[in-house]
Amino acid sequence: MQKTEIMVIGGGLAGMAVAYGLARLGRQVSVLDEGDTALRAARSNFGLLWVQGKGYGMPAYARWTLQSVALWPQLARLLLDDTGIEVHLRQPGGFQLCLSDAEMAEESRRLCWLKDALDGDYPFELLDPAALRKRLPGVGPQVVGACYSPLDGHVNPLKLLRALHAACQTRGVTLLNGRRVSGIAQRGEGFEIASGDQRWHSERLVLAAGLGNRELGALLGQPVPVQPSRGQILVTERLEPFLHYPTSTVRQTDEGTVQLGDSAESVGFDDGTSSAVMADIAGRAVRCFPRLANVRLVRAWGALRVLSPDGAPIYQALPGAPGASLLSCHSGVTLAAAHALRLAPWIAGEQALPEISPFDLQRFTTPAEVRHAS
Amino acid sequence: MPADSLFRQLPTDAGLLSIEFDGQTLQVPAGVSLAAALLASGVRRSRSTPVNGSPRAPYCMMGVCFECLVEVDGVPNCQACLLPVAPGLRVRSQHGARSLSPASALEEHHDDA
Amino acid sequence: MTLETFDLLIIGAGPAGLSAALEARRHGLSVALLDEQRSPGGQIYRNIDHSDPQRLAILGADYQAGLRLSQAFMACGARYIAGAAVWQVTPQKQVHYLLDGRAYVLQARRLLIATGAYERPMPIPGWTLPGVMTAGAGQILLKSAALLPAAPVILAGCGPLLYLLAVQYLRAGIALAALVDTSSHADALRAWRQLPKALRGWRDLLKGVSLLASLRRAGVKHYRGARDLAIEGEEQAQALRFSSGGVERRIPASLILLHQGVVPNTQISWSLRLQHHWSSEQLCWSVERDAWGETSLAGIFIAGDSGAIGGALVAQQQGRLAALAIVGQLQRLAAPAIEALAKPYRHALARQLAARPLLDALYRPPLESRVPADSVIVCRCEEVSAGDVRQHVDLGCLGPNQTKAFGRCGMGPCQGRLCGLSVTEVIAERRGVCPEQVGYYRIRSPLKPITLAQLASEPTASALQESL
Repeated sequence: MQKTEIMVIGGGLAGMAVAYGLARLGRQVSVLDEGDTALRAARSNFGLLWVQGKGYGMPAYARWTLQSVALWPQLARLLLDDTGIEVHLRQPGGFQLCLSDAEMAEESRRLCWLKDALDGDYPFELLDPAALRKRLPGVGPQVVGACYSPLDGHVNPLKLLRALHAACQTRGVTLLNGRRVSGIAQRGEGFEIASGDQRWHSERLVLAAGLGNRELGALLGQPVPVQPSRGQILVTERLEPFLHYPTSTVRQTDEGTVQLGDSAESVGFDDGTSSAVMADIAGRAVRCFPRLANVRLVRAWGALRVLSPDGAPIYQALPGAPGASLLSCHSGVTLAAAHALRLAPWIAGEQALPEISPFDLQRFTTPAEVRHAS
Repeated sequence: MPADSLFRQLPTDAGLLSIEFDGQTLQVPAGVSLAAALLASGVRRSRSTPVNGSPRAPYCMMGVCFECLVEVDGVPNCQACLLPVAPGLRVRSQHGARSLSPASALEEHHDDA
Repeated sequence: MTLETFDLLIIGAGPAGLSAALEARRHGLSVALLDEQRSPGGQIYRNIDHSDPQRLAILGADYQAGLRLSQAFMACGARYIAGAAVWQVTPQKQVHYLLDGRAYVLQARRLLIATGAYERPMPIPGWTLPGVMTAGAGQILLKSAALLPAAPVILAGCGPLLYLLAVQYLRAGIALAALVDTSSHADALRAWRQLPKALRGWRDLLKGVSLLASLRRAGVKHYRGARDLAIEGEEQAQALRFSSGGVERRIPASLILLHQGVVPNTQISWSLRLQHHWSSEQLCWSVERDAWGETSLAGIFIAGDSGAIGGALVAQQQGRLAALAIVGQLQRLAAPAIEALAKPYRHALARQLAARPLLDALYRPPLESRVPADSVIVCRCEEVSAGDVRQHVDLGCLGPNQTKAFGRCGMGPCQGRLCGLSVTEVIAERRGVCPEQVGYYRIRSPLKPITLAQLASEPTASALQESL
């Protein structure tokens, strides 16, 4: 049986960010990952570092997001130094374009709530059409206004995934891929992890397998209440740069392609696409930026978000399994910096992290005040 | 047809027609695809890639490879091998990534909306 | 709004699709056939309806044979939708396509995929340069536009089409600078002697032998067992370098046509997540189908080369058989009648498939031009090299999907058609496993580029649901 100090299960953005953070602390880390066709939110996300609106109803999530985007430049530098891979971090602020007065009213209500909840430390602007067009030329006449947050940004999520893999390799992390975990047992001061007839022993264990955490938690007697929420994303042919800010539904990548998205469906584990939803996404994009009308779609995909009941992450040291931590989240890109640079030291037992206590599992079992973080 | 064309045409009854390529008038065979017409009239390079600017020209002639992309009557990234050539087409070679349609197209769309 | 519905929708107007339409119409099914080209025939009989005597003479009897098929199809009463780009096919048998800039959807009771083959990519140094095309492209230019090389041309690679084009060019009086053949005489003889059973398909084999004899008589410089092929040039192809018989050679040419066989066009079948398997004889993916051509999704059939390479005559029999099975499923004829009608097609099919194993062995493309050196581009759209792919494997990529995420191979407009097989084989070689274990890209719609405005005009979910 092979031994490792810390075993991370899940080679997506959450698992790899934590593995990287742990390796930077000098810990001996292995990552267990599935194969080429696994469900992978990491391979299919939108690439936003998104602040505005997040944590509505749950200020701790807003603060945690703010902490992560503030740490992001440091993460990007570390990855560049370790791997030479530029992940194209840009934090110019971002726009949420509104196509109706109702949408605009709802967005501004949420942002005002957040500003109050964070004692005013939450910058944003509400822009009327004229002000918006000055900042964002090419916006269509059906856009009635926008919210702008100077803290929003974006990154190339696929370069991030590759950089995390390369950085982990550079720092001695062992990647055990093509394996699906079939058993976890507590053994003395640690864990025995099985995949088929292979066994590993680790002192500490991190469950970071996205929707797979449901099964992994069950192996340790811990229900993990995460559900798939399908998002469909469209990508166009490459265009000359025309959009210099990310928006919540339209984003031009560093390669020149334009990503369109932000649908949400409950369709179980079906990660396919449907022409009707794709049509909605395309229609909204053309209303936002009419000049996209004759631009060709080249790729489209469906991907499953990992959503907890309140939409916020779950961080939990498992009470029944000392040494095991659970990490389940949506927004693996936005939170990557916090996961690598804050959560990893907490998992390693080197730092207390009081700001994550609101993200425990108890919040779903104890009746509490109204929770609806988006 | 220019002397340095890679291809020459057998005699046919289809005749010739005129198109514009990068501002120049070309006499090209009628009744063929735009890609074939360009090859017949000595166009050797139809685009440079948006990735590294490498030179490219039609490759598979059956709609598979997307190497024959050109701008046709203001619409970028048209597959020339799938498009019948027609008199008066305004064709441009493409260099790098396509641009968005000009502002005039935007105004037209407003009228539609 | 409900969608227009047909008993049988066929995608592809090659020999398989046309034959299926004829058989289905004969038994009274409503049939629509969608094809990307503007006239029927597929690539093998491309432009057959508009060819002239001179071209027909150059292209030969096998091409001329397509005329009867295409004329019968045009008279058979099937709806023929030419110039259609199919961008999505759903498991519910709805086919979404673009025609003259507008988006349409049709509903099928049964669906036949007959999208044929395209040429296997031949990634060698310099293969992206202007002046380098496929042999198939050279032949399409002859069939569809009466174009011939203006200066001595090099044909390089292997496979029957390469020899056929050489002979057709000779008939047209075109000078060949060289035929650079990656298959070798010794291999051919060995394969021939080892497989006497395959003599049942002697006609196909003789065809290959007689083509070679014509080339020899014409004095074509035919280099066999060629290795280390590389195209020279900065902005244009200028010469082909290679070694043959231990001698390094460099032959100047401004037009170099490459070919190393054809492979099934599996974009639609992968997008439907049908079951595929790796064919180690044909070095490509084949689609699982029963003796009638029905796939792992009930009611969806495949005929011809898009399932596995068999050639035009095989495609015709398979098209007929699939149509008969569909006639039976839609209860237009009882099972015994279907069996009786199928019998002659089955006999013909067996005869025509007999030589296939030997052809596959004779014209097996060499490893070095399927799994090239590090510096060679494999993904032409995104300009990803074989070395990039190997680096991603070393970072932990097990298959083409993670590799695509790490390095963008297969993300361009051709959607992996030109790199998919190379990427799978490069990964397999690096990992030391067989391609079956590596798998293929997850192909999704849009199978053809569609503009956002066209997409936005698509029917709503409820309209699509109502038509089922």
